[in-house]
Amino acid sequence: MSLLWTGMVAVAILCGLATGRGPEVASAAMEGARAAVDLCVSIAGMLCLWSGVMEVMRRSGLSEQLSRLLRPVLGRLFPEAAGDRRIMDALAANVSANLLGLGNAATPLGIEAARGLAKRSPGTANDALCMLIVCNTASIQLIPTTVAAVRASAGSAAPFDILPAVWLASALSVCTGILACKLLARVWRRFS
Amino acid sequence: MIVPLILAGVALYGCFRRVDVYAALVRGAGDGLEVLARILPSLVGLLTAVYMLRASGALDLAAQALSPLLDRAGLPGELLPLMLVRPISGSAALGVGAELITAHGPDSFLGRTAAVMLGSTETTFYTIAVYFGAVKITKTRYAVPAALCADLAGFLAAAWAVRLCFGANS
Repeated sequence: MSLLWTGMVAVAILCGLATGRGPEVASAAMEGARAAVDLCVSIAGMLCLWSGVMEVMRRSGLSEQLSRLLRPVLGRLFPEAAGDRRIMDALAANVSANLLGLGNAATPLGIEAARGLAKRSPGTANDALCMLIVCNTASIQLIPTTVAAVRASAGSAAPFDILPAVWLASALSVCTGILACKLLARVWRRFS
Repeated sequence: MIVPLILAGVALYGCFRRVDVYAALVRGAGDGLEVLARILPSLVGLLTAVYMLRASGALDLAAQALSPLLDRAGLPGELLPLMLVRPISGSAALGVGAELITAHGPDSFLGRTAAVMLGSTETTFYTIAVYFGAVKITKTRYAVPAALCADLAGFLAAAWAVRLCFGANS
């Protein structure tokens, strides 16, 4: 991240000097910092409200019901872990927390599942572990609250009208990830 | 109407399950504030850099160079910075995305696609680092390429899904 940031600033200055836009770059630096604070203030209300709704969902047991629904699907995706009750519980809880957008709750649960899966091959990512990683790097959040808050603050007529498109794109992305996992697992085994 | 309906539905279900709905709501809202406090410092850093890049014309140059490739995939060149930064940093992507959404309008094709991209992908490298770090994996095998495949599919699908749901010139 440090390299990326330094690189961005360096490129901006070099490019600004080359195209003769030095003064614009200078004023943009000040503007950017203020824009960040403006953005945070304008999305704060909606972000907090939705975090609150998610907490109500969690406490009322909605996430637990979700994870019960998910168990059969997960058994298919993680055949290696299907016999282990503790790993399956952690997996189901991890996926349902991701669905509800509870990133802070999802990570510790996912790590617990990963610990169980990693015991079978210390130091090396086995197939189940790769699948878990892909399921967590592809977003499956049902209600992308932060993005909706940004859209609302930019004056969108209906900040949530992108939901169907988000679900479609998420589903395609997750399916591609799962397919890539299954395919690469075979390729990897053949060449090593 | 969908937002009030969700709010009412969740609250009613919570009451039915004997949850202290209001306390949970307030507690969760506090968590939201914590998230905000965590992303504000990095947003300040990143939006500064992004604004400088934009003012210098570097973004236009990069988008121009890659636009033939992106055009073929149906992706506008303006979205390139967002796609590059998305797998590396969540707050950076939020900054770049928010900038695109405000500049082009939240209900434009570009604004919508940027929002869908943000909503349908994750901070891949951060997640990989956290998980493999936590269970001390050094041989990651095909985890990174598989995860990046999913990201790329998400980006392509975002533009396609927005066209499908809203039409090309929405």
